[in-house]
Amino acid sequence: MDTVMRYTKPISDFVQQRLPAFSLQGVLRTLGMPIIGIAVFLMLWQLASQNVDTAVGSLPGPAQVWQQSGNLWADYQEEQQRARDFIAMQEARNAQLLERNPEAETRIRPYSGQPTFFHQIGTSLMTVMSGFLLASLVAIPLGILVGLNRHLYAAINPLIQVFKPVSPLAWLPIVTLVVSATYVSDDPMFSRSFVTSVITVSLCSLWPTLINTMMGVNSVSQDLRNVSQVLRLPFLTHVRRVVLPSAIPMIFTGMRLSLGIAWMVLIAAEMLAQNPGLGKFIWDEFQNGSSSSLSRIMVAVIAIGVIGLLLDRTMLMLQRALSWDKSASTQ
Amino acid sequence: MSKPHLELSSVSMSFPTAKGDFLALDNINLKLDQGEFVSLIGHSGCGKSTVLNIVAGLLQATQGGCMLDGKEVNEPGPERAVVFQNHSLMPWMSAYQNVELAVNQVFGKTMGRKERREWIIHNLELVHMDHALDKRPDELSGGMRQRVGIARALAMQPKVLLMDEPFGALDALTRAHLQDSLMEIQQSLNSTVIMITHDVDEAVLLSDRIVMMTNGPQATIGEILSVKLPRPRNRVALAEDSEYNHLRQEVLQFLYEKQKKVQPLRTSARASAGPLVKAAHRG
Repeated sequence: MDTVMRYTKPISDFVQQRLPAFSLQGVLRTLGMPIIGIAVFLMLWQLASQNVDTAVGSLPGPAQVWQQSGNLWADYQEEQQRARDFIAMQEARNAQLLERNPEAETRIRPYSGQPTFFHQIGTSLMTVMSGFLLASLVAIPLGILVGLNRHLYAAINPLIQVFKPVSPLAWLPIVTLVVSATYVSDDPMFSRSFVTSVITVSLCSLWPTLINTMMGVNSVSQDLRNVSQVLRLPFLTHVRRVVLPSAIPMIFTGMRLSLGIAWMVLIAAEMLAQNPGLGKFIWDEFQNGSSSSLSRIMVAVIAIGVIGLLLDRTMLMLQRALSWDKSASTQ
Repeated sequence: MSKPHLELSSVSMSFPTAKGDFLALDNINLKLDQGEFVSLIGHSGCGKSTVLNIVAGLLQATQGGCMLDGKEVNEPGPERAVVFQNHSLMPWMSAYQNVELAVNQVFGKTMGRKERREWIIHNLELVHMDHALDKRPDELSGGMRQRVGIARALAMQPKVLLMDEPFGALDALTRAHLQDSLMEIQQSLNSTVIMITHDVDEAVLLSDRIVMMTNGPQATIGEILSVKLPRPRNRVALAEDSEYNHLRQEVLQFLYEKQKKVQPLRTSARASAGPLVKAAHRG
């Protein structure tokens, strides 16, 4: 029961954060102000949109953007239907073939239509999670080693300070060239553009996790290290039972920062490198320049924001579930 | 006389500072027998903790050394268990797990799983903490945490138990309670104990010998006082005991007359004591 509670508590907290115990005052305080804020924002947006003219018509207001999001959903449904039809058609034909000749070799070709907005969201999420995972897999072990060893720290710290502020746009050409030169295979498991995006995202988002892990490991209290010394804990036990639990709150803070950066970097990388994903969607719409383009881009902007928020909340939930320190901030 | 159980011989300790080496301890000599309870008492900054850390192996003496059962001490180890001033329990582990960490490390190869479990619970029973096996340190009171810290140290079955002001951060009632527990446990296990304290009553009540240290820098052993009060000792009965009060007075005299520590109102008042005094902030 206790362990179940441990994992469901963050979820219930998460829900309750939006839906606190019902009391008129409480509701007004927790829902009222945000609603007023959003309403004022929409009003200002509407006002501004009527007064700004661009090459592709006036700036879309909230209503147009809402409508466009409906269109994007309809496009997606339509495309899904086409894909189903395409598969069904092939299956029917294969059945026919098999009827005539049971030995016949049949196969199903995948549907290769235009990726829609929602497909692009899926691609972007996939890419960001892979890049973030790769970054964490490098940054956490490295951070532990560097944090535990003064000499290694002195050796690596200047490198970190130099590479940390480098913008993704600067990494991208290098990564693209290196990936096209080294990632050569006739039947690649991942497309090259995916690998490029993942590596760029990792390179940019690795730093906060690395630095926070180093700091967390470094700041394990001297008393606890003394206990470990008196017990003569072997290195791995020391790391697993003393260093890691002690550093985990800091590591999670770093990971949350990293995930935020990864998501921002990804959109830029996709725009610039024409890698599939939300960034490419925005870029394509920008190049397209139809009357609905601006509204579609705005839908994408809002989607990017909401997804970024959800990613952050998910990390927070994970932190609450895994860390012994339950006082993780909600900011 | 047979070979001593634990021996500190001509131990000196200096720390490098910006103004050259600072000699904290100078020529400490001390011999302990098996089962003896020795208190170290002295003003803050006289290097009591440094002595303890040298015996623990957490610090290396610059000169001289420490022998335990004929072997030189040069690194920390579970046969010299330490009870730290601020409990030093892992905050993410329950009381049971904290003791388990030590027991698994020390007896992982020699005891079976069931035997280890019984040993962990036995040690927590000794300090009367078997009711809170699954509580984490933040769910325990200060005195309870210190009890678990003591249980962890006892569970290592150390040759010497080192205690660095174990009850310093506790309120008077809890402290008295834990002192009684400690006396009881020490007597039944006949363990060798070195305890640092600031508390004169605590020193007289618990110890077989009280080692009184002079003020730093270059702190050394000033006097050693033997406490020959019969055990078990009862704090209430001893309050009227003339010998107890006499011993108390001797310690007080040492601390407040012979080694009177002048707290200067202005830094200039220190000038006569020499420049080294400024560095004497170490505990």
